Amino acid sequence: MRRFLRSGHDPARERLKRDLFQFNKTVEHGFPHQPSALGYSLSLRILAIGTRSGAVKLYGAPGVEFMGLHRENNAVVQIHFLPGQCQLVTLLDDNSLHLWSLKVKGGVSELQEDESFTLRGPPGAAPSATQITVVLPHSSRELLYLGTESGNVFVVQLPAFRTLEDRTISSDAVLQRLPEEARHRRVFEMVEALQEHPRDPSQVLIGYSRGLIVVWDLHGCRVLCHFLSSQQLENVCWQRDGHLIVSCHSDGSYGQWPVSSDSHPAEPLRNCVPYGPFPCKAITKISWLTTKQGLPFTIFQGGMPRASYGDRHCISVVHDGQQTAFDFTSRVIDFTVLTEADPAAAFDDPYALVVLAEEELVVIDLRTAGWPPVQPPYLASLHCSAITCSHHVSNIPLKLWERLVTAGSQQHTHFSTMEWPIDGGTSLAPAPPQRDLLLTGHEDGTVRFWDASGVCLRLLYKLSTVRVFLTDTDPSDNLNAQGEDEWPPLRKVGSFDPYSDDPRLGIQKIFLCKYSGYLAVAGTAGQVLVLELNDEEAEHAVEQVEADLLQDQEGYRWKGHERLCARPGPVHFEPGFQPFVLVQCQPPAVVTSLALHSEWRLVAFGTSHGFGLFDHQQRQQVFVKCTLHPSDQLALEGPLSRVKSLKKSLRQSFRRIRRSRVSSRKRRPAGPPGEVQEGGARAERTGLQNMELAPVQRKIEARSAEDSFTGFVRTLYFADTYLRDSSRHCPSLWAGTNGGTVYAFALRVPPAERRMDEPVRAEQAKEIQLMHRAPVVGILVLDGHSVPLPEPLEVAHDLSKSPDMQGSHQLLVVSEEQFKVFTLPKVSAKLKLKLTALEGSRVRRVSVAHFSSCRAEDYGEHHLAVLTNLGDVQVVSLPLLKPQVRYSCIRREDVSGIASCVFTKYGQGFYLISPSEFERFSLSTKWLVEPRCLVDLTKSHSRPRNGSGPEKALGRARNSGSQSDGEERRPGPVMEHALLNDERVLKEIQSTLEGDRGGVSRS
Amino acid sequence: MNRSFHKSQTLRFYDCSAVEVKSKFGAEFRRFSLDRHKPGKFEDFYKLVVHTHHISNTDVTIGYADVHGDLLPINNDDNFCKAVSSANPLLRVFIQKREEAEHCSFGAGSLSRRRKALALREDGPRRRAHLHIGLPHDFRPVSSIIDVDILPETHRRVRLYRHGCQKPLGFYIRDGTSVRVAPQGLEKVPGIFISRMVPGGLAESTGLLAVDDEVLEVNGIEVAGKTLDQVTDMMIANSHNLIVTVKPANQRNNVVRGSRVSGSSGRSSDSAASRHSLPAAPALLHLQPDDADSDDEPDVVLEGVLEPRPVPRPPPPPPLGSQARVNGTGPAPGREGPAHRLLSSLRADPRQSLALPLPPGAVEEHGPAVTL
Repeated sequence: MRRFLRSGHDPARERLKRDLFQFNKTVEHGFPHQPSALGYSLSLRILAIGTRSGAVKLYGAPGVEFMGLHRENNAVVQIHFLPGQCQLVTLLDDNSLHLWSLKVKGGVSELQEDESFTLRGPPGAAPSATQITVVLPHSSRELLYLGTESGNVFVVQLPAFRTLEDRTISSDAVLQRLPEEARHRRVFEMVEALQEHPRDPSQVLIGYSRGLIVVWDLHGCRVLCHFLSSQQLENVCWQRDGHLIVSCHSDGSYGQWPVSSDSHPAEPLRNCVPYGPFPCKAITKISWLTTKQGLPFTIFQGGMPRASYGDRHCISVVHDGQQTAFDFTSRVIDFTVLTEADPAAAFDDPYALVVLAEEELVVIDLRTAGWPPVQPPYLASLHCSAITCSHHVSNIPLKLWERLVTAGSQQHTHFSTMEWPIDGGTSLAPAPPQRDLLLTGHEDGTVRFWDASGVCLRLLYKLSTVRVFLTDTDPSDNLNAQGEDEWPPLRKVGSFDPYSDDPRLGIQKIFLCKYSGYLAVAGTAGQVLVLELNDEEAEHAVEQVEADLLQDQEGYRWKGHERLCARPGPVHFEPGFQPFVLVQCQPPAVVTSLALHSEWRLVAFGTSHGFGLFDHQQRQQVFVKCTLHPSDQLALEGPLSRVKSLKKSLRQSFRRIRRSRVSSRKRRPAGPPGEVQEGGARAERTGLQNMELAPVQRKIEARSAEDSFTGFVRTLYFADTYLRDSSRHCPSLWAGTNGGTVYAFALRVPPAERRMDEPVRAEQAKEIQLMHRAPVVGILVLDGHSVPLPEPLEVAHDLSKSPDMQGSHQLLVVSEEQFKVFTLPKVSAKLKLKLTALEGSRVRRVSVAHFSSCRAEDYGEHHLAVLTNLGDVQVVSLPLLKPQVRYSCIRREDVSGIASCVFTKYGQGFYLISPSEFERFSLSTKWLVEPRCLVDLTKSHSRPRNGSGPEKALGRARNSGSQSDGEERRPGPVMEHALLNDERVLKEIQSTLEGDRGGVSRS
Repeated sequence: MNRSFHKSQTLRFYDCSAVEVKSKFGAEFRRFSLDRHKPGKFEDFYKLVVHTHHISNTDVTIGYADVHGDLLPINNDDNFCKAVSSANPLLRVFIQKREEAEHCSFGAGSLSRRRKALALREDGPRRRAHLHIGLPHDFRPVSSIIDVDILPETHRRVRLYRHGCQKPLGFYIRDGTSVRVAPQGLEKVPGIFISRMVPGGLAESTGLLAVDDEVLEVNGIEVAGKTLDQVTDMMIANSHNLIVTVKPANQRNNVVRGSRVSGSSGRSSDSAASRHSLPAAPALLHLQPDDADSDDEPDVVLEGVLEPRPVPRPPPPPPLGSQARVNGTGPAPGREGPAHRLLSSLRADPRQSLALPLPPGAVEEHGPAVTL
């Protein structure tokens, strides 16, 4: 801290720092964790998703995003847009109502909460009397009808939420006005449905759970007609012209009722059980939509045969003799049908079905034959298979980008060509400054390439490594393949598939060279694949090589998993990245570090046993080096699989705890930061007091050479530098281990013309043992001007200045505890920054980033972006190692968030805030990717479909995160400390297992 | 095995300017005299002694008996001067071959030996069969109480020297609550406490740390507001040279300053200064991270297949400062008694002027190169 203060004396430097660094959480990518409610405004063409943690997220056209957070951390149960207005009402599970609106502020508007309200009954009434079950925003725009568990319908006036008691439609009043024969007390109970007459605002339809449906005249306070069903009512739908009512029931049936003005109890026109005759589950929601062609669409949720398909999450679409039951892999939260927005139009003419499932959003094109899905431009399910690692590559050359997009478009042929139908608002954000790729590795052996340039994280291309291996399940036999006349007509939709055939396929490390199109991926079972981008499909055999990392170490037995079995013979590959070399580490421990040098055609890989170098041009191994300490029996025996399962179970329990925590304290609305901090400290204090019941103790012990996993290779780095003497530079490979050892190998790569003729040679030149023995998480060489060496091929493509080879080079070794600069070629310590000794925090991620000034166009500096185990992000200057700025970013308890963090080359970063969401943050004043958007207010409902007029109101999306991180860090007193017990263990394991994902990634 | 010394019985003649010297090497005596006021340099004295005894080719150590009969060394100008000036009236000098001297020892601790003490020997046979205090260079410091002068009396700053020691550091820490005096009255605040000692560990063997001591600082950084894990990481990061400031649970063994008259060597003039109970914060000045930087051992670099060599470092400045060293061999000293007496004897040295801040590198440590 002292050092920190001391470095901040120079006012000029302080000013410059303000021009260079700024911390913002800019946007959340991916699919909201635990969605709980869906809303859609036909007029605004904006979709709203509520979550169990009390967040409301609004999505319109790509780039139009808003986020709001309820002060209470209660689950959002319902979301209703007010007709024709930029306002919405949310109902939380604590029975409170909240009015939100999009308001213009300073050129951009914000989503903000205006009012909140909790319905109060008369004193002494049961709580259920006012428990809201249905909300109906009236088309008059100023009334809300609230159906309750007691059967009463309350009326409140907006925007102040004034209760209009005289307008309450009590169940007694309804009962009195029913004809004699229908007056059974039992028909009442809770209100299940409230619908306004599509044409006549003075009529509302009230459906009670016991099966009674009445049409109520608001002016005359009388029952216009009533329908009595023998089954428990689930929901109702009023046909657009108001002549027909469709009700759905708990026995899986639905009925159609003609609306006539005579007061005789109407008989259903038709009553059917679509998936009968055997008992069916309830149809929970139904939509009956008319079309110009005449035949209506019937879309309903549920109703599957209880015994054989009761566990499916289905939505059925019936139209013109076609019926499809869309089968979702996760629970369906809600659905909505996009129809003609103009209330005066004669027909619904539905064009798209929007389904919110627990883990993804699926949109089905209802206008194209076969009802294909539409590819969403946002809300991607990042976690369709669990994310195991991520890698970011900035500034992709256009050529590679186009080839990727082409390869990806061939994978997306099953999607509809329909334009994205949810297109409200216009994004005002400037075009992304450059093309960025985020690569995520998944548990099922796939690598997904995401367009991370802008606000919308869009899937470009998906690579599967599974084909290279023989797995238990043959990809050709499709479990879901069904014959023509299968019943029910299930069709699997969506991409969320949490089941992995074989956990060994999991991707652990990714390294992409953006200039050459070479990609290296490495996985859980020690497999390392080198792939090349090919625009044509191809069939070829993958060269297999085994790398024995134990070398002469004898007498050890690997007790972990088997290595993967490679598929013999030629394999067919789609256009895109095609593997040509497979290196399998022996023992098949998880690959913990990976580096690729596309200019030298070399790939280096490391596991807990050692590391190796492979020449992928000549396709032969250059060398392997065992890094094991002879006493490290644990690593030799392969405890990783055991720890893995332990980690898994720990992580699961962690997730479970976290889930409960997330719902209670994930986000809080903004307040004065100081106040929040204080509250947090107080909570922490009470937490500490609670914890005294079960004291936790920590052993203070120096690291020793005999510790476990010291040989674990954490980082690998290629550099052309002065390794041996100061007159000649040569290619070199650097490796850092968990035990604080750095190995340096001098390489001899033959010149290009003799590249295939002479072998690549390697010789160990140096070995450095850091005395503090902390894990080495990053290695970097700085050139004569103290600038990090450029990436391979960067100079060849004229994208970077050649490194300075005149002055003396410096070596930067980053361990978890210290940053240390050494001279080269004679390795002597020059400078250091002891982070842990000063702050008690340890380095989890480190990456070189270029920070540009927001004032001077061409001014920029290279620094280190650092994430610590406390969740702080820091900037440490190069080459003097002075801490520049520090911001708290991730909650320190959020181990998976910290483990998932990746930095970009320009001072941004990503980390997982839930299994399915990346939070994007920026340390740079210049590179900020955040939504800025406009939402139509005035001409909304007359706007042509898919059109986007220029006349818009301004809308600003979410607030920048800097003021919200205080809340994010607010600790929950009890859970926090319950977690402390396991947290450290978990952290250790996590860090040990996952190694460093970024390292000093030169991505 | 302390040699017994007898008080000088006779007083043959008394000359106020000359000091009679009786020098003994083995069974031989030589007598000569020195000027009490201008004794000259130690180097000349050494030459004179070896010349007088005709042992110029032998490496010897020189000691003298002080007024208490303790055998103290003469190995620099200062202690030579002290020896001459304190001779009353006879200066009894004992000469030993250096290799023999290893099995023998000087009578009591003396600050003047500090330099030698810190210059660690990396090899050489050690025989510890007998319970005696050997030459300082046979020892390696394992712990010390430092900054006694600037800390409140209720606090104790303990330095554990881990390197070269095969013992584990050997203690555990836990969360707890501590009571502080706040403007509003007593306030409960979270704190970090020592929860357990590993039997046979370094921490236990020094006797300077105990269960339930509250940890206030780690290497000059306050732990208030830090989590248990943070403090753990800080301690481990500093484990090669760990300095913890604790508030001992047992306050009875605290070093009490200025209240007692010292027995043997007399109190130094700093007692007035040390009576001020300075708060802990200024102590940080003495332990700035930059200063602490110089204290770790160099990383080991292997060039190709060469032998390990430590990274060259600038030579350490001569150690100064208020340090008390407790040697690890022999019975562990208690919280009072020897350690305390040591402390007070240390103060006798005029160089221990407390006005001087600890110079950079004050906590310099030499350790053997760790081989891979």
